[in-house]
Amino acid sequence: MAAILQTEGLTKRFGAVTAADDINVSIEPDTVVGLIGGNGAGKTTFINMVTGYLKPDAGTIRYAGSVITQLIPRSVTQLGICRSFQIPQLFDSLTVRDNLLAALGVVVLGGKHWASGATLASERVEAAADETLARFGLDDYRDILSGVLPEGIRKLLDIAMAMVVRPRILLLDEPTSGVSADEKFVIMDTVMAAVRANRVTILFVEHDMDIVRRYTERILAFYEGRIIADDTPDTVLDDDEVRKYVTGTTHARVTSGAGSDAAH
Amino acid sequence: MRDRAVGWLGLGLVVFLAGGWWLPNWAQSLVILALGKGMVVLGLLLLMRCGLVSFGQGLYYCLGAYAAVAVGKIFRLPDSLLTSDALLMPLFGGVVAGVIAFILGFLLANYRSIFFAMLSLAFSMILYGLLIKMSVLGSSDGFNIAYSTAAGVVLRPGTHLYALYAVAAIIVFVAMLALNGYLRSHRGRLGPAIRDNELRVEYMGASVRRIVHLNYVIAAVLAGIGGGLVALSIGHIDPDLAYWTTSGEFVFVAILSGTANVAAPFAGSLLFEWIKSVAYQYTPYTWQMVLGIAMLLVIMFLPAGLWSLLGRRGRGA
Repeated sequence: MAAILQTEGLTKRFGAVTAADDINVSIEPDTVVGLIGGNGAGKTTFINMVTGYLKPDAGTIRYAGSVITQLIPRSVTQLGICRSFQIPQLFDSLTVRDNLLAALGVVVLGGKHWASGATLASERVEAAADETLARFGLDDYRDILSGVLPEGIRKLLDIAMAMVVRPRILLLDEPTSGVSADEKFVIMDTVMAAVRANRVTILFVEHDMDIVRRYTERILAFYEGRIIADDTPDTVLDDDEVRKYVTGTTHARVTSGAGSDAAH
Repeated sequence: MRDRAVGWLGLGLVVFLAGGWWLPNWAQSLVILALGKGMVVLGLLLLMRCGLVSFGQGLYYCLGAYAAVAVGKIFRLPDSLLTSDALLMPLFGGVVAGVIAFILGFLLANYRSIFFAMLSLAFSMILYGLLIKMSVLGSSDGFNIAYSTAAGVVLRPGTHLYALYAVAAIIVFVAMLALNGYLRSHRGRLGPAIRDNELRVEYMGASVRRIVHLNYVIAAVLAGIGGGLVALSIGHIDPDLAYWTTSGEFVFVAILSGTANVAAPFAGSLLFEWIKSVAYQYTPYTWQMVLGIAMLLVIMFLPAGLWSLLGRRGRGA
């Protein structure tokens, strides 16, 4: 199948630090890909470059065949690539529902859901907001100001806001960081169920290897700006380099499936 | 929701027009002045909802006041409706203000917070400086202006003030309705979103710059119309309309009023003009102190402005 997202020789330097070093990846449509790596390995830089927030020093990014390397975030969003944030980016003085209404309003103003081309009539906006609230399990919080929500709910709302645009690619930057251990799977299940209904390609950054193993079909392991492994979860998590540099399980061999909390 | 707003505002307009007939002349003048300045504050409300404070709305207020007659004087036009009609002159002032704001907006829409405030102030002071030097427009003395028709109707002696009062009330009514609709529209709702988080607005696929630019132009049009109304009610204009203290007064009234409702700027403006005239009458040398204390009380006890008094009661009921 033709790749929906492809990068060639993507490089980004911040002074002496090389945050992305010749990154070549090709992502097929409708896959769920995990991005793993320690702090400063280049995962978020990769997401920032794909969404246009950072301009790479070298290399190209292709989306469904066309080059998007120089586009700004707004244009990238309009093409159908959306993202959530490690620290949720919400409208803190607005209620949860008003946050969604603002996002849906932009879809109406744009004339269509950017990627799918489906139209959203102005009269349908309120109903669409309520559907999104239900789909993400946010009904109980609809009239609460987003600035005072618990972190897990803020994460969900952040992802829901990225989803109302109906993207073809969704990049999630640490969707479960800052969330208590027992809430993590609830959040991921909710997100995956909501996302799966729309056939979206997902790339997500994650430090929890249990989550990565459970939800992804493929893993990209980052280390010092390079991708040191790119394969199925079992293969990548068993890779010697990954165990040495990323998951830190070289000395305490853990069999596949067992917890690897040392990864944090 | 919207129908109810129209109903309330419509009722207010009728009461206003009927009640105005019985008001003494000085009170009619005071109301026109307050409504005209309220238009400028209404524009500030729009900007403040986006998180922007302009300390230079005097620029558009002054442009609106000068526009009609200045165009007549500069191009030596014969007297026409444009330079003598109580409705047309303020509206023309709004158009001129809007055009200038559209041009300056390309620059100002890039700035936020104190930089936006000071840059807008700078532009208003440039206009002040220009007007001081322009002898064709009366330099620092300015000039007198008058009107003889309202919406094309020739005014009989003795009806001028009430005609202007009615024009002001109708303009304010239309402006409140229009802005109320805008604030509830998809585009209008992005104002508070921009105030909270510009990054997210861009990542939703909307242009923050374009929305700020649009709101800036709308605010200028409102200020221009307001300036035109005030000019006609005073009958004289001079460069002080663009001076920075004039702009500061609008910000003062905007904070006094609050940004919760499109009627708030007019309520706040009426109260402000009333306090000012009473304070001036009884304490001619310390009236600024009275205003200062009023402001202090509002900030301490009603941080969301005077309108929060009504809002609080509404929620309790």
